[in-house]
Amino acid sequence: MSDLLEVSGLTVEFATRRGIVKAVRQVDISVAKGETLGIVGESGSGKSVTSYAVMRILDRAGRIAEGTISFAGLEVQNAPERQMVDLRGREMSMIFQNPRAALNPIRRVGEQIEDVLRQHAQAGSADARDKAIEALRQVRISRPEERYRAYPFELSGGMCQRVVIALALACRPKLLIADEPTTGLDVTTQKAVMDLIVELTRERGMSTILITHDLGLAATYCDRVVVMEKGEVVESAPAAMIFSSPQHPYTRKLMRATPRPGIALRDLLPDDRPAPPPQSAPVADAGAPLLTVSGLVKEYPREQINFISRLLRPAQAQEAPFRAVDGISFEVRRGESVGLVGESGCGKSTTSMMLMRLLDPTDGTITFDGQDIGAIPAKEFARNPLRSRIQMVFQDPTDSLNPRFTAARAIADPLMRFANHGLNLRSRIEDLAQLVGLPLDLLDRFPHQLSGGQKARVGIARAMALEPDLVVLDEPTAALDVSVQAVVLNLLADLKAKLGMSYLFVSHDLHVVRLVCDRVIVMRGGRIVEQGSAAQVLEAPKADYTRELISAAPHPPVQGS
Amino acid sequence: MLKVLFGRILTTIPALIGVVVVSFLLTRVLPGDTAAYFAGPAATPQAIQEVKQKLGLDKPLPEQFTRYVGDLVRGDLGQSLTTGQPVLADLKSRLPASAELTLFGLILSLIIAVPLGIVAAVKQGSMIDHACRAIATAGVSLPVFFTGLLLVYLFYFIWQVSPAPLGRLDVFASAPPTVTGLYLVDSLIARDGEAFRSSLAQLLLPGVTLAIFALAPIARITRASMLAVLSMDFVRTARASGLPASKVIMIYAFRNAMLPVITTLGMVFSFLLGANVLVEKVFAWPGVGSYAVEALIASDFAPVQGFVLAMAILYIALNLLIDLSYRLIDPRLGATT
Repeated sequence: MSDLLEVSGLTVEFATRRGIVKAVRQVDISVAKGETLGIVGESGSGKSVTSYAVMRILDRAGRIAEGTISFAGLEVQNAPERQMVDLRGREMSMIFQNPRAALNPIRRVGEQIEDVLRQHAQAGSADARDKAIEALRQVRISRPEERYRAYPFELSGGMCQRVVIALALACRPKLLIADEPTTGLDVTTQKAVMDLIVELTRERGMSTILITHDLGLAATYCDRVVVMEKGEVVESAPAAMIFSSPQHPYTRKLMRATPRPGIALRDLLPDDRPAPPPQSAPVADAGAPLLTVSGLVKEYPREQINFISRLLRPAQAQEAPFRAVDGISFEVRRGESVGLVGESGCGKSTTSMMLMRLLDPTDGTITFDGQDIGAIPAKEFARNPLRSRIQMVFQDPTDSLNPRFTAARAIADPLMRFANHGLNLRSRIEDLAQLVGLPLDLLDRFPHQLSGGQKARVGIARAMALEPDLVVLDEPTAALDVSVQAVVLNLLADLKAKLGMSYLFVSHDLHVVRLVCDRVIVMRGGRIVEQGSAAQVLEAPKADYTRELISAAPHPPVQGS
Repeated sequence: MLKVLFGRILTTIPALIGVVVVSFLLTRVLPGDTAAYFAGPAATPQAIQEVKQKLGLDKPLPEQFTRYVGDLVRGDLGQSLTTGQPVLADLKSRLPASAELTLFGLILSLIIAVPLGIVAAVKQGSMIDHACRAIATAGVSLPVFFTGLLLVYLFYFIWQVSPAPLGRLDVFASAPPTVTGLYLVDSLIARDGEAFRSSLAQLLLPGVTLAIFALAPIARITRASMLAVLSMDFVRTARASGLPASKVIMIYAFRNAMLPVITTLGMVFSFLLGANVLVEKVFAWPGVGSYAVEALIASDFAPVQGFVLAMAILYIALNLLIDLSYRLIDPRLGATT
């Protein structure tokens, strides 16, 4: 088999304010015809930059400094731009992360596909429309004639990614580069999209480069895997080999840190840090539960009703409101951690917002430690003393910190609001930083001077500051690299053991939930589909939907360690 | 779409009521006594009192206001004391002159500023980018009357390529039959080449003066908006699918970058309405700006109120147009209402 793409000694430089940065150093990669190559690495590993260099679509500041990229006999690094324009989309094309942003928001999706077809002379004005519709049909979009006229905002994320795939494959290229094509999509959508990519590329004998941070995804769909770290290739081997006997320490670290069936939380950490499993405080079965939710409902009006449209429209013409949360009931006991799992739009975030009393429920009760907090209006709850006993850790560690507050100030925020005034603020902040393992010299830094993991620790310290009874964790590790996620998950488990709190862990990742939760609640369409102990729900699911979720989640082959 | 249009027109009503009230009150609190001005410097207090009574200025404010609104509803904007004409007739004859000048300046600056902004963004950091910044800064830092005088000095006085800055037409040319009131358009309709050339020659200098002033905000916003859009994911997708740079820039990037440019256009238009007053003075342009200033100096209330009202309606109409064009450009807006 001859190689379709051969990259050797590739070095890419970026001109930045602090001088020249080498984002990729001496990278060698080859892709054979019909092969699927996975490029795996954490953020900053240079995996995306490598692929942009292959397509020659680097930013203005980036430049191929050294090395050769040969694609089907063409030296890409020296090719004139005219030739590259012809090549892109016709011979090699790319699909991207965040499909909705990858499409022009104000152009009909059909027209965007037509643009590509016409550009590469695959269609004239007479048949462009039919060919665009055919391209949509091939990515299994139902009613393609209608969707042709749709704008990206009218389609779901998974549907947008299908359109991007249709766009990329419209001219039948030889090489497809998929850059994190399913990050941000639900697991079941992820599976559908990946299966579609594999099927279409295999059918056409195309080569594929799959760029991902997810080892499970790479293991499931790739023939060969290249592992990158800090701009360099550290290991390259057939997929089966790399997971059964990883050679490089970094690969081993990544493998260990990836949540997968059959392991315990401590197994995620590197070998050289043996620690006893967290001694969880026993869940108090007796006594009243800490939190009881019963018959909780949240309705939203179908459309924004403003003054004028209300004037113009008779009342009966308005549709029934949308039920984001549709009558759910569950309990959280003291010292227990409960996982709330479901795909986007299932109502899990709305539920956590209501528990935090940021939203008013339409119906139902929320009883916290014997008091009905559902009855307190959301506006007033911020001043309620009970507020200090419920805290939250947010999904995005960067966006949830005020960029103008130092780490110390961020942690002090709840203390300044609720704690008694005689408190020595600084020493309390330092205690908290020690508790979450944040080095004290980082306390005076601003969020942009901290790494993702450090910011996550600040967010956790802030939530722990008032020693709450219940912490709502909203996808706390979704934005983190796996190795950082491993550390943060262990930290959360240790904190719970030490402080005896209850967790409500909102997540879409079943593997993560299994590692940290005692009990799991599966939600879909605003309702609870299944709830029970973590072992029972994940190993012997009763509901079809739970089974579907579990089978859709990719994981690396189980590794005995 | 019709419903949206209807709804938007409804929301302009409070703004119009506000303008009527404020313009009425403002002219009343301004210093200067109309009656004294018109009775003449030698008038006795008794004569002034008589003029006051004749004009109804001796009545309490609420009564004056009711009368004003009543007249307004009947389409009567009052009588100008300086010209002796009904204000409505004056505005009718002078508004097209101002509109022609403002639109000409706005379109001219758009033709220059938008491509300049696009090129500056695409070739960020290049000579053109720096030139764009320099031109924009220079244009906005010179006051319009100064630019106007400078242009007159250079093109009329020194080089003598431009006609005398006196009004809308050459002394020897005759105005084309009125259709729109805009001489350029009317002379084209009448196929009168002579009038067209003459009116264009007269329009050029004041129009350029306004355009130089409007250049800076439009070029800047175009550049900034283009830079933001060019770094977006869908532009990368377009590039990765092999669309040529021209198509990526014009169809993908620029159409998305247009929204903030159009917003700025509304603001620039209102700046231009203000700048107009000075430019009309410098070029002896028979527009509403110079008319209103003269009336204001003479404490002649009715034309000032009429002018403010006309400008407000113009501005509201323009913003309505901008809102509606938003919906045409951005399909997402249509979906949320």
